[in-house]
Amino acid sequence: MDPRDILSIVFLLAAAPFFLAGTIGLLRFPDVFCRLHALTKADNLGLGLIVIALALQADTWLQSARLLLIWLLVMLSGATVAHLIARTALRAGRKPWSGRS
Amino acid sequence: MTELCLGLALFLLVTIVLGLIRIRRGPSDADRMLSAQLFGTTGVAILLLLGQATDRTFWWDVALVFALLSAVTAIAFVSRNEPSETAQQQRDDHGS
Amino acid sequence: MTPGPLLLFDLLLPAVLLWLAWRSLTSSDLFRAVILFIAFNLLLALAWVRLEAPDVALAEAAIGAGVTGTLLLAALTRIESAAGRRLSRPARWRPAALVLTGTALLAAAAGLLWSLRLLPTMPGGLGPLVDRHLAESGVDHPVTAVLLNFRGYDTLLEVAVLLLAVIAIWCLDEAVPFLQQPLESPLLTGFNRMMLPILLLSAGYLLWLGSHAPGGAFQAASLLAAGLLLALFSGASLPAQWSGLPLRLLLVLGFLAFLAAAIIGPLTGRALLHYPPAWVKPLILLVEWLLTLSIALILTATVIGGRPTGSRPYPPPASPAAEGRQR
Repeated sequence: MDPRDILSIVFLLAAAPFFLAGTIGLLRFPDVFCRLHALTKADNLGLGLIVIALALQADTWLQSARLLLIWLLVMLSGATVAHLIARTALRAGRKPWSGRS
Repeated sequence: MTELCLGLALFLLVTIVLGLIRIRRGPSDADRMLSAQLFGTTGVAILLLLGQATDRTFWWDVALVFALLSAVTAIAFVSRNEPSETAQQQRDDHGS
Repeated sequence: MTPGPLLLFDLLLPAVLLWLAWRSLTSSDLFRAVILFIAFNLLLALAWVRLEAPDVALAEAAIGAGVTGTLLLAALTRIESAAGRRLSRPARWRPAALVLTGTALLAAAAGLLWSLRLLPTMPGGLGPLVDRHLAESGVDHPVTAVLLNFRGYDTLLEVAVLLLAVIAIWCLDEAVPFLQQPLESPLLTGFNRMMLPILLLSAGYLLWLGSHAPGGAFQAASLLAAGLLLALFSGASLPAQWSGLPLRLLLVLGFLAFLAAAIIGPLTGRALLHYPPAWVKPLILLVEWLLTLSIALILTATVIGGRPTGSRPYPPPASPAAEGRQR
């Protein structure tokens, strides 16, 4: 088996737990501020691993660059949106969870 | 490799279905909005995997469009909650 | 043979779509209905991909994920701020409404099934026919050839409908700014600085792609519209001298260009929308470029939801000094 294929498989398998963690975080975290972490961190990392796995399989550099561009765009919007949603929630008077509720 | 991509795509669709529970429960509008946002990221991943598995990389352009536009709706949501503090408070009291 | 995971994927996706559609229609909270509709659009784009319809998937992703969600949220915000409270629908349907809707749905389904029977059975549909004449169409992508050449009048009328929608919206009311003050956030400013050029570039890319691969005017226009909306959200407004005639001209430009291209046919002794063979490619290209510009503005105008007020569609962002004086 081509070492590139093995690497791709490893990255793909590594991506799955992050998406699962993102969903579990979305469902189990106590408040909206915690849940934002599930949105911006776990899923973006999972997407990054998938992008790396597929970029290794791509025929041309251009294809790999396209994949990386998609990942960068998702991270850019994820970070901006997380900040804005957190600000909205904070201004609405929501208190961040402090572990004593 | 193809099988793995397809399996992973199916797995991601299942995580979206599970994430729908958060839209159901809320409690606040922000929770619902961020779940929809999460689906966007997962949707991009599914599109990339499907494109790879079926060897049709023009589907990546659909993923590109998703990635480009994913922020616009959320920014519309944030601006919706911006106007006045009192209306905002009412909305949130209702939501929780 | 469909591999196992793909088969499960194809079974799960429509089930979730149906559930989302049902919940979005029946949810008593309107905001929740909008969010469910956004999720529905996203999965619908995946469904089009699975149906191997990349053009539709691209349009669904561009219009559904970006513009429709924003349009619905803006509309909801507007009616809620007019009503002064959060709006909801009655959770229970009245029996009469249920019976009427059910009957209408069943009739529509029966009609669809009936028309399916009436369809001519042609192996491969009209695909082979389009492929045979592709060389005459001036473009290399069958879908673009159908949209702008073979069935040009469909697209022409679609643009007319979009234009009529804007005219209807402008007749109803003046634009109410959905932002009392622009969103001020250094992160958003930075985001816009990066995204606006990228959106412009990608719109050009999709437009260029349309001549030989899935892509085209509508998809490019929604990316442009998304860029315009981002700019609006961070407080940009149309300069006063532009919101009168120039704005209206830009809105109708695409339609007029399409119409002009359409009547070249009758003027040169051909049928309506029959382009002279030598000019086919430049004509289609020109029409598509202008259409993109106009559709982008039309989509943005629909989201804003009203005609420009007086000379300015938006009040300028209030300066801190002016705010201080008010207090």
